Amino acid sequence: MSTDSQSGSETDDHTVTVTVNGTAYRRTVESRLLLSDFLRHDLLLAGTHVGCEHGVCGACTVIFDGVAVRSCLMLAAQADGHAVMTVEGLAGDRNHLHPIQEAMRDCHGLQCGYCTPGILMTMKVFLDETPAPDEAQIREALSGNLCRCTGYQHIVDAMLLAAERLRG
Amino acid sequence: MTTRSFGAPITRNEDARLLSGQALFVDDVELPGMLYAAFLRSSAAHARIRSIDVTAARARPGVVAVYTADDLGAYWAPGPLLVPPPPIAGVVFNQRTQVPLAKDKVRHVGEPLAVVLAQSRYIAEDALADIEVDLDPLPAIVDLEKAIEHDAARVHDDVRSNIAAHARQSRGNYETARARAEHLVARRFLYDHGASMPIETRGVVAKWDGRANQLTIWDTTQAPVFLRNGLAGMLGLSERQVRVIAPFVGGGFGPKIMLFYPEEVVVPWAAMKLNRPVKWIEDRLEHFFATTQERGQTHDAEMALSRDGKILGIKDIFLHDTGAYNPYGLTVPINSQCTLLGPYVVPHYDSTFTAVFTNKPIVTPYRGAGRQHGVFVIERLLDIAARELGIDCAEIRRRNFIPADAFPYNNEIIYQDFTPLEYDSGNYEPILDKALELIGYRQFLDEEQPRLRAQGRHVGIGLACYVEGTGIGPYEGAKVQVQANGKVSVATGIGTQGQGHFTSFAQIAADQVGVDVRNIDVVTGDTDQFYWGAGTFASRGAVVAGNAVNEAAKVVRQKILKLAAEHFECAEEDLEIANGEVSVVGTGQVVKLGALAMMANPMRGAVKPGTEPGLESTQYFGPPRGATASGVHAMIVEVDPQTFMLEVLKFVVVHDCGNVINPLILAGQIHGGVAQGIGNAFYEHLVFDDDGQLLNASLADYLLPSALEVPRMEIAHLVTPSPLNPLGIKGAGEAGAIPVGPLFAQAIENALGLAEQKVELNEIPLSPNRLFELTTKTK
Repeated sequence: MSTDSQSGSETDDHTVTVTVNGTAYRRTVESRLLLSDFLRHDLLLAGTHVGCEHGVCGACTVIFDGVAVRSCLMLAAQADGHAVMTVEGLAGDRNHLHPIQEAMRDCHGLQCGYCTPGILMTMKVFLDETPAPDEAQIREALSGNLCRCTGYQHIVDAMLLAAERLRG
Repeated sequence: MTTRSFGAPITRNEDARLLSGQALFVDDVELPGMLYAAFLRSSAAHARIRSIDVTAARARPGVVAVYTADDLGAYWAPGPLLVPPPPIAGVVFNQRTQVPLAKDKVRHVGEPLAVVLAQSRYIAEDALADIEVDLDPLPAIVDLEKAIEHDAARVHDDVRSNIAAHARQSRGNYETARARAEHLVARRFLYDHGASMPIETRGVVAKWDGRANQLTIWDTTQAPVFLRNGLAGMLGLSERQVRVIAPFVGGGFGPKIMLFYPEEVVVPWAAMKLNRPVKWIEDRLEHFFATTQERGQTHDAEMALSRDGKILGIKDIFLHDTGAYNPYGLTVPINSQCTLLGPYVVPHYDSTFTAVFTNKPIVTPYRGAGRQHGVFVIERLLDIAARELGIDCAEIRRRNFIPADAFPYNNEIIYQDFTPLEYDSGNYEPILDKALELIGYRQFLDEEQPRLRAQGRHVGIGLACYVEGTGIGPYEGAKVQVQANGKVSVATGIGTQGQGHFTSFAQIAADQVGVDVRNIDVVTGDTDQFYWGAGTFASRGAVVAGNAVNEAAKVVRQKILKLAAEHFECAEEDLEIANGEVSVVGTGQVVKLGALAMMANPMRGAVKPGTEPGLESTQYFGPPRGATASGVHAMIVEVDPQTFMLEVLKFVVVHDCGNVINPLILAGQIHGGVAQGIGNAFYEHLVFDDDGQLLNASLADYLLPSALEVPRMEIAHLVTPSPLNPLGIKGAGEAGAIPVGPLFAQAIENALGLAEQKVELNEIPLSPNRLFELTTKTK
């Protein structure tokens, strides 16, 4: 429920070039356009979900220059010249799953699946940095992503399994 | 035969799409020419509307239309009553349902006053600030007891004393039980507001196709068929002209079964009027006001007991907060009234409730749907009685269980589904024994707790028992069809919000039609794929729709066998269906199901009279009444006596929901329910001030449990099949959430030794802050 009184999109547009999942996109955006809306509605990468638009739930998490960030707390204009990875880019192609995705399926780590893309992106960065985590570390890393369906237990199980598989 | 699918922990068919970002949710629907809606909402809880001036908003570039209640004309009408009051003698019910846009008066913060349709969501929200609203504030009705005072302001001008409903149900004669009692326990119990908070908020997209005379609606609803029927009636269309699709829905938990929300009524109307697709997606702030909530009851309860802890009777009088409107009838307070009885023999029961209108968001079922309030009351009464009579907490429950040979057990009152509250089957004592064994009850109390207390640690144990009425009618249906490519499709009218129907229904069908679960394609929540149904609520999807799938798949199996027998010119008994093909045992003759499906739909020639094309069947299932699941939760907790922060050290759930379709999915349901129960018990509290303003309307202030607050759980299942359906299943959706409140109260009391301080925890939600207040108040 924004109360911004600016009306025109003609007043403060920016042309941005953003690399998303390896593809460079050049678009003109309003300065106030959220990165989450840009990804979802301008680039039609709707796998990134929006849950709260105030940076708490973590559903909109994407990987921005290698760091897990909340795309609802960033503007599209801030992404100019940067690289973003969304859930659509995690596995490489749409006919395969990344080991983290496979582990989530194998452990029943998702129910409605709405928070799942944000969890996958948070955990991708976490497991890259922490290849052999214990349960407490996983829970700490996961605590910025809210899930209302699973009670987290199967997600934690999935991350233990994914870490093991990724270590080979 | 291939391996049986029913009962196997099979991973889910739907997960690949959800995991790769390819699943369609309502906000993912993008249509050419789409407009975006934003609603102007009341800032006051109770006020007369003097004027609404939308002139400036209409003039803003990019705004296509702005509407208020007056613009809706004859379309403006209060919503329907979804659930009429059950046939209880003497019941009072004052129906006041929500309206599409407020007219004359607003009755809760967030009630919609106007809608803006604009070229973008951003512009639509800008235009909200252009609207001038003049409200004349009225006293806000917030407190339940003050609400029913004679001189209280009225939420609905023509409803005296704000009484939405009043109902009394009794069994036996409580006064005779009281006269014989050797011990009485009387207390007041509070159960305050919480919210379901699915991570996906609500949303509606509507598209009117003038050429086809067809309205298509994507909606986050749990009840697409009912939504279609209702909207068709309101918009003057026939049902066939309206298609409602509930695609992937990001959690429901009850509030998405409520209909018709104002936005669900206004958005399709605007799409038709403007002849352009319209999208509205609720934001999180709106969700705190515009989506229904639950809870808000005050119970004055008394239990009469014998000296040895046998319940002689219970009397309970409670107030129920229904919020500003009551479209869902009496479902929540009736559930509280009925579920209070739990797994126990209560020979005499006298329960009266008064539902009260307040200037708060509407109250409708949220996972548990009133059950946890009743469970809280009886479990707390038993805890207090046990302490006062010097009986162990587990033992007093054991002494009162309905014995295993007493089923079906009739409680002699009316349940939410209008049928007698009769438990179909159950066996409670082994559940308690298993829970005590898994939590290590005696060992904890006799050895561990004294040892840890000697170290200065505050550890405590709790256990709570419950029953859950599940799988109620009226009915659901399913269509099972063999496709020419050999896959099998299953369609049903209910919606899915994460319950795993795409897999569990496939498992049920797979065993009948001999096709691998991965080759069964389940469709839910699309009214053009299946016409009839009621919806996903009351832990009924698996029970009612699951059994309909089973019935339809059984008929398809018979059709497969009959056609294959004709094809092979053999007896049906000689055939075997497995791995997507039919074979004549011992001959090597095989035909694929897809080929049979094509044979069943000849393009030329003649067929026998009465022949139906295809290998398909549509069947319906309606149980005579709900199936009653049961369980025991047990927990060991450690509390920091300085900060009152707590850590759950061990959590055990022993549960009986009859035959299990998929243990993996069932465990997920239990885990998620417990997590919501934990939030409800200790973290989540909607705090309203005296003006009816919600003080913590953000996820930073309304605390959903994270992975750090929800402990690892240990689950065990016992199986007492339901005799009320052929699959012998009972629902499991709400079991995890129901008993967690009393569990926390009991375990925290035990950990902090509150009995010695004469402190009782007779309210939910608790919190560190509230524990501090309650424990320092008495010092």
